[in-house]
Amino acid sequence: MKQYELIVGLEVHCQLATRSKLFCACATDGFGEAPNSRICPVCTAQPGVLPVLNAQAVELAYRAALALECRLNARSIFARKNYFYPDLPKAYQISQYDQPFSEHGKLLIRPKGAAPKTVRLTRIHMEEDAGKLLHEMGALKIDGSLVDLNRAGIPLIEIVSEPDIRTSEEAYAYLTSLKEVIQFVGASRCDMEKGEMRCDANVSVRPLGQEKLGTRAEIKNLNSFKNVKDAIDHEFRRQVELVESGGRVVQETRLWNAEKQATVSMRSKEDAHDYRYFPDPDLVPLTAAPERVAALKASMPELPSAMRARFTSELGLSEYDAEVLTGDRALAAFFERAVLEAPKAAKTVANLLATELLARLNAEGKGADAAPFPPAHLGRLAGLVADGTLSSKGAKDVFARMWETGKDPRTLVSDLGLSQVSDDKQVLEWVTQALAANAKAAADLRGGKDAAIGAIVGAVMKLSKGKANPALVNKLIKEAVKA
Amino acid sequence: MSISDDEVRKIAKLARLRLSDDEVARYGGQLTKILDAMAELGALETGNVPPTASVLGVSDVMRRDEPRAFEGRERLLDNAPDRDGPYFKVRKIIA
Repeated sequence: MKQYELIVGLEVHCQLATRSKLFCACATDGFGEAPNSRICPVCTAQPGVLPVLNAQAVELAYRAALALECRLNARSIFARKNYFYPDLPKAYQISQYDQPFSEHGKLLIRPKGAAPKTVRLTRIHMEEDAGKLLHEMGALKIDGSLVDLNRAGIPLIEIVSEPDIRTSEEAYAYLTSLKEVIQFVGASRCDMEKGEMRCDANVSVRPLGQEKLGTRAEIKNLNSFKNVKDAIDHEFRRQVELVESGGRVVQETRLWNAEKQATVSMRSKEDAHDYRYFPDPDLVPLTAAPERVAALKASMPELPSAMRARFTSELGLSEYDAEVLTGDRALAAFFERAVLEAPKAAKTVANLLATELLARLNAEGKGADAAPFPPAHLGRLAGLVADGTLSSKGAKDVFARMWETGKDPRTLVSDLGLSQVSDDKQVLEWVTQALAANAKAAADLRGGKDAAIGAIVGAVMKLSKGKANPALVNKLIKEAVKA
Repeated sequence: MSISDDEVRKIAKLARLRLSDDEVARYGGQLTKILDAMAELGALETGNVPPTASVLGVSDVMRRDEPRAFEGRERLLDNAPDRDGPYFKVRKIIA
C-alpha cells in the first residue's frame, strides 16, 4: 500500500466577548436564558431596519488578529452571504468576503510528541452568528421546527488556516494554542460548551511525495477538541481506503457523529451553496488607520509563548510550571505580582501557586482573581520559605490559614505559634553557632561583604526553626562580626 | 448576452421560486435585456477604477457596546407567520 499524507486546514469561529450583538443593542448573555428574550427588530430582520456596527467587536477582532500576527487591512467591507435557512431571518448573513479585516497571520503550535511548528493563517473575518433551531423538545415531537434568535447577530470572528496541518495531534495543538492566545488578549472566552468556539475541518489526502492537493471534504459538527482529532483520524482512514479501493474523494460536506465515531455525508457539490456574495449596502467600509494599528500593538499584552520563555529563562521555572502559569492571563498576572514581593523565590512562588492556590481555586471552579488574598501575600509566604523562616510543611499550614482568613502570612506565622523568638540571649546563641558553622560566610562578612549576611541569617533561621526575629538576628550578627 | 433557460432555472432555485416553462422563457428574456443594458457600461474604460463597495464616502460608522433590551418582543413573535410560545415556528426542516 502507498503511503498517504494527511492535509488539514481548520476554520474556527470564536464569539467576540462583547456585551451587545454585532449590529444591534441586544444583549449577548442569552445562553440558557428564555428563548427569544434577546431579540429586536434588527436581529429578527423586520423591514426597514439598519445594522450599526459594534465598536467593541471591532476592537476585540483587531486584538485577536494582532495576537495571531495577522496584518490588519487598511480597509475592509461587509458582504452579504445569501442562503435560505430558518435560523437566518434576513436570508443572508452579514460577513466579510473578498476584503476581510485581516490576513496573513501565523500561530506557533506545540503538538504532543513532536517539534513545535508554525501554522499559517489565511485570514480572519468578522461575521454575525445565526439563530438556533429546535426540532423536538425532549421526547415531545413538534409538528414543525422552532426558532430561537438569541444567538442571531452575536459577533464572531472566523479564523481560517492554511492547509498546513499534517496530523490530528497538530490539529489538536493548533486549537489549544489558538484558544490560549484568543483568551489571553480577551477577544473571546472560547467556551465551547456555550458555542463560543466552533471548528470545521477541511481534510484531504495525497500520496506521499505528491505536490498537488487531493480533493477535500469539509467536516462539520465538531464541538470539542477531541472530536476534531477523532474526526480527522477517521476521515483520513476513510479517504485512504476509498482511494486505495479505486474510488475518488468527492468534494462534500460531512457531519461528524461522535456516537458512531464516523463522518456521514451531508451534502455533495451538486447542491453546493451558491452564496452570491455582494457588498452590504447597509454598511460602510471599516478602516484600520496606521495610528490605530500602532496604538493597538502598543497596548497588546505579552503573549503566552513569550511569557513562557521569560519564565523559564529569567525566573528559572520548569517548562511545566511556566505552562501552567501562562494557561490563564489572570493566573499569570497573579504570579508576576507575587514574584515582585519575593524576586529570588520565583520557583517557590510557582510551587505554592500550582500546588496550593490553583488546586483550591480549581476545586471551586474559580479563577485567580477570586483568590481570598492579594498576590503580595503569596509572595511574602514564598519569601518566608526562602529565608528559612518557614519549613515547607509550615508554609502549607500558613497557606491553609491564608485561604480561610485572607490574612498576611507574617501575621499568621505568629498566630500559629510560629512566632519569632526575640529573646536576646537565645538569639545570640543561635548567631554564635551559625557563625561558627559557616566560617566562609562569616569571614566574608568580616571582610566587608555585606551580602554574605544572608547565609548566616538563613542558618540562624534553620537553627531556630524559623522562629528567630529576623531584625534582631540581623542586628546581633552585625554586632558579632564587629566585635 | 443571452441567458439560457438552465441559468434562469438555477437563479429561480436559489431564490426559492417555482417557475413554469412559460415563465422561464419570459424571465430569461427580461434578464437578458437587463444584462444587455449593463453591458453598455463595458464600453467605458474602467481599468483604473477600483470596484465600488460604497458610494457614501464615509467609513467606520459605529455604536458603543451598550446592551439595551427591546421591549416589543411579543410583537416580533406575533409578526411572524407562526409562533409556538416563546418560539418562532417554521415548517419542519429535518425529519
